[in-house]
Amino acid sequence: MLKTRPSGIVGMVVLALVVSAAIAGAIATPFDPTLVDFSSRLLPPSLRHWLGTDEWGRDVFSRLLSGAAITVSVAGMTTLLVTVFGALLGAFSGFVGGWFDRVVVALMDAFLAFPALVLAIAMTTVLAGSPVAPVIALAVAYMPYMVRVVRANVMTMRQRDFIAASKVMRNSAAFTLVRHIMPNTVAPVLVMATSLFGWALLAESALSFLGLGLAPPAASWGGMLADSRNYFADAPWLAIAPGVAISGALLGINLFGDFCRDYFDRKMKD
Amino acid sequence: MIRYAITRLALALPTIVIALFLIFALIRLIPGDPAQLILGETDDPAALARIRAELALDQPLAVQFYHWVTALGQGDFGKSISMESPVLDLLVPAMGVTASLVIPAVVLAAIMAVPLGMFAAWRQNTRTDTVVVALATVSLSIPSFWLGLMMLLLFGVQLDIFPVVGYISLTEDFTQGLHYLVLPVLTLALIEAGVLVRLARASTIEVLQLEYVAHARAKGLSESAVACRHVLPNVIGPTWIMIGLVLGGLLGGAVVIETVFSLPGLGRLMVEAVFARDYPVVQGCMVIVMLCYVGVNLMIELTAPVLCPALRYD
Repeated sequence: MLKTRPSGIVGMVVLALVVSAAIAGAIATPFDPTLVDFSSRLLPPSLRHWLGTDEWGRDVFSRLLSGAAITVSVAGMTTLLVTVFGALLGAFSGFVGGWFDRVVVALMDAFLAFPALVLAIAMTTVLAGSPVAPVIALAVAYMPYMVRVVRANVMTMRQRDFIAASKVMRNSAAFTLVRHIMPNTVAPVLVMATSLFGWALLAESALSFLGLGLAPPAASWGGMLADSRNYFADAPWLAIAPGVAISGALLGINLFGDFCRDYFDRKMKD
Repeated sequence: MIRYAITRLALALPTIVIALFLIFALIRLIPGDPAQLILGETDDPAALARIRAELALDQPLAVQFYHWVTALGQGDFGKSISMESPVLDLLVPAMGVTASLVIPAVVLAAIMAVPLGMFAAWRQNTRTDTVVVALATVSLSIPSFWLGLMMLLLFGVQLDIFPVVGYISLTEDFTQGLHYLVLPVLTLALIEAGVLVRLARASTIEVLQLEYVAHARAKGLSESAVACRHVLPNVIGPTWIMIGLVLGGLLGGAVVIETVFSLPGLGRLMVEAVFARDYPVVQGCMVIVMLCYVGVNLMIELTAPVLCPALRYD
């Protein structure tokens, strides 16, 4: 499978790079990413500062690494929250049906009546100032997508013969759900989680670009892009580095996501 | 068909009501006195008492919600805290700006994407196809705000063709106004075209495998006749439906694009209101965005069976 889809390998390599950059950024960076040094303001890329310095004299490469740590962990935590709670809620709702299911569907439809980014922006007003604000805001905005996918999957599964067989064997509903239904939703959940990670990463960058992400001086890719606007003509490298980082990370995730979808599709057919 | 339309409309109503309740509940979720939040920094007890009475804060939540929705229905979106004017007066011009950005962007994206996707499908598994798919995947991966900044850097700063900051409305001076809209519209269209190219390509591949296409070719029709007469009508349907889904991305994308290009649209109004803690404006923007999003999706669902015969229900 990997041989026929080299783009899958490219995706994995890029993803691995992004995650290692995030880990490196959390542990150690060549320079202190928040250290202000006015004697080295707006320096172009050089051997000492690989990607130049910003308006506060901070090393852009170091900020890119520590920004990776923040962006990846916000996107990762959002994906984890949405996957765990969204999959549980979707599976339970689709399995029990009845009024509970109707309430969940109505509520999720109402959340889906807003573009995700707009909902996340509105949520940040409620959570203003909290360090977990971006994670919660994004999780609320993207939860309905996961609930919907898992619920639809469980609903179709419920009509399959092996579920009827489990009922005939007098297995409890909870046992059937955990033992027979949940394992069969792993593939769609994984595919969805990969897309979600990409959406969350993009949305986190958009939120911090708008100034609604984590508070400065913490570095985030979106925030670095926003700051670069004031020095556009004199220091274009400030706008190029974080943009390439976001686009590269997203490209990796998209390629990997496409690969996952094809892989599971083929497996389902076999 | 009419029955289908009525059912769809009836199904959308509860969604709209619950979504309105979510917007209404937003301000109640913020710790503190809602009247104080709506009035901003003030210690005038008379004004506070008036707002409390207006919001019916002593009544149950359901009654408060009813009051709020009926006021909305009459065009009363409340009063802006930071700009001291009725929220509706701020929303209407901002909506015009956002519409002049989003609508041309959708049209442009579809015009670029559908032929490109069909072309790639025709050449499936050739180098042309690979290049088109790769370009579409790259376009999916570039954040709109970065592409916008790069456009500004290239066409605004380096080549000096388009203005970098400011805005002139189309009604004020049409040609000047267009000048300010070219880059934002192009940015948004390029970003959203990626999804549409992939979709048009996938639909075309599906249609090309159908027997009637083989039949049309066997009749001796030229490839272009097969494409325009037989394949295109069946590709437009799914793409039309996809536009409804893309719109969510577009409205969200408009928020950031408006910030990049300093356009006074709905998105920028909302972000500024978030910073100013101007809750009535935030709520007003959300109501408008939600109604547009739900409305356009409804319209697309209702028109889809007309464009795409396979979707006809009766």
